[in-house]
Amino acid sequence: MTAPNDRIDGGGVPVPTTPAGASSTAPAEYPPASPAGRGMFGNQGTGDVSGFGGLVRPRRAIEDSPRPYGGYFDEVRDALEEAYPAFADAIEKVVVDRGELTLHVRPERIAEVCQVMRDDLALRFELCSSVSGVDYLGADARRLHVVYQLTSMTYRRTVRLEAAVSAEDPHLPSVTSVYPTADWQEREAYDMFGIVFDGHPNLTRILMPDDWEGHPQRKDYPLGGVPVEYKGAEIPPPDRRRSYQ
Amino acid sequence: MSTSNYATERETAEGKVFTVTGGDWDNVVSGTDPINDERIVVNMGPQHPSTHGVLRLILELEGETVREARSVVGYLHTGIEKNLEYRNWVQGSTFVTRMDYLSPIFNETAYALAVEKLLGISDQVTERATTIRVLMMELNRISSHLVWLATTGMELGAINMMLYGFREREYILEIFEMITGLRMNHAYVRPGGVAQDVPDEAIVKIREFLKLMPKKLKEYENLLSGQPIWIERTKNVAVLDVTGCVALGVTGPVLRSAGLAWDLRKTMPYCGYETYEFDVPTHTDGDVWGRYLVRLAEIRESLKLVEQALDRLKPGPVMVADKKIAWPAQLAIGVDGMGNSLEHVAKIMGQSMESLIHHFKLVTEGFRVPPGQVYVGIESPRGELGVHAVSDGGTRPYRVHYREPSFVNLQALPAMAEGGLIADVIAGGASLDPVMGGCDR
Repeated sequence: MTAPNDRIDGGGVPVPTTPAGASSTAPAEYPPASPAGRGMFGNQGTGDVSGFGGLVRPRRAIEDSPRPYGGYFDEVRDALEEAYPAFADAIEKVVVDRGELTLHVRPERIAEVCQVMRDDLALRFELCSSVSGVDYLGADARRLHVVYQLTSMTYRRTVRLEAAVSAEDPHLPSVTSVYPTADWQEREAYDMFGIVFDGHPNLTRILMPDDWEGHPQRKDYPLGGVPVEYKGAEIPPPDRRRSYQ
Repeated sequence: MSTSNYATERETAEGKVFTVTGGDWDNVVSGTDPINDERIVVNMGPQHPSTHGVLRLILELEGETVREARSVVGYLHTGIEKNLEYRNWVQGSTFVTRMDYLSPIFNETAYALAVEKLLGISDQVTERATTIRVLMMELNRISSHLVWLATTGMELGAINMMLYGFREREYILEIFEMITGLRMNHAYVRPGGVAQDVPDEAIVKIREFLKLMPKKLKEYENLLSGQPIWIERTKNVAVLDVTGCVALGVTGPVLRSAGLAWDLRKTMPYCGYETYEFDVPTHTDGDVWGRYLVRLAEIRESLKLVEQALDRLKPGPVMVADKKIAWPAQLAIGVDGMGNSLEHVAKIMGQSMESLIHHFKLVTEGFRVPPGQVYVGIESPRGELGVHAVSDGGTRPYRVHYREPSFVNLQALPAMAEGGLIADVIAGGASLDPVMGGCDR
């Protein structure tokens, strides 16, 4: 970890070009939370001249995007602000990245926000397309994020809601009373990440067996190796193979 | 509590003995809930020929009427989403293609679109690559609907439909084999474009297919549409209206059969679908019959789209020009799938050291993707297929979540089945067209 931060824009590194549609103050910048975020072959500041190995990215927190956001994003934000009195308290950040709008919502407010998003005539997000979890281990103190993709069939718009909870207290209200379709998807997020949706009618495992221990898609979930019948050898788990260290 | 009404008692050397006599059970039965008592719980699946895959249904029956239905999924869970996090971005294509095994091209395209959006190269994807994607997706939609027609026919007692459906699907799989080298699990659509160009023989074969298929569709209609048993088994069965569909997140042909013309190809176009001429078939009854008609009509629309895509196919590159992202070589198609390009091997091994380094870096380590998250939704044969992809700036996906239409749509099964006959559970479940490989991932 010796490369200086300012190398991110130069040094022949191929990737960090600003993607089309992203604002210049690129938000949603999470630092590499896992070895997977670094280069392969465990290259840390050795004689590598290609710029691939040991690159350290600046730890930039998620920032509010400056207004105007462009597109329908301003209308959505204004409509929500008008329809929802507790907007300032509930919405932590508004981020526009790669042509997508993300509202970061305080977890205890998520069901209320969904209710307004669904029912307000200027918003009308009737369909909850997807609910999924992401584990930002090491990058965020509230590491477990729940991501809701809402679709407005009336206005043909999409918006993403994101709520972050900590692994110690992974509770947030269920949105099944607003969007019944969230039922199985919240069960999957519980199964895979251990996020507890309070008020869910039947929060049980759905993909893993009922008696499974642990939540497999958490980043600190231990991976198993494969024993092979040769002098007690074992194929190491994927994250401990040479290329991932 | 007195026991004398039901049983006489007497003392013996071993202790008190009760003798229960007949005749009083009617009183006991009538004292409890007369309906509840007749309910039996039937477990159907997970291995059952007509549950449309490894799906388990727990049905509470009152006679032949289903009072409560619950579905249990997860039997095919293989951890594909977790696996993706330990492979580089290009290798992801080979994993996602195995999710919904009846629509592999859709899984791949959704993934490729998401990665391209993360990379910010969506506008660099060549026109030919996009057209090939549309062509392949629409062929795949036809083959997927054919399997639906075939299996549903079988489940409702029309075995001949199964044979015909799979016969015509085989034709499409042969086309896929000519183009991608494999019948299924193609890994053909890659981030940045497609793996290799469409050979000329495949174009000829697709043209033949376009001539053949309308006749076959008429054949299916002659076989099923006027047939009294088919009509009895499908009309007014497993009805779900638009409100129910939207609340339960049901999209695709099921939603359109209820009357809402919601098709992402029209409403939120991708891959240039806004430039193609096609209709979105709908029906208003929201029953299995409506879903059958909608799917048949969708096959016709897909044929139109395939024809237009063929006409647009102009020579050109099928991968983005950016050498930091594009796979280093056009792979050759052999009898056993995709293989090495000898020309490329000769170049990197004999002529250009830089090409060898480049190839090595790109293939072993892969390209980096700037941090961030995107969601891309496309219209698969079953409804909205969404990919939520998160990158932390590394060479491997940080998280990829698939919004699988099979998974979401299956939630609607209790709403369709409860209150109906047990035979209609089969028809209702089949009309959702769940693919358990996609549902459980």
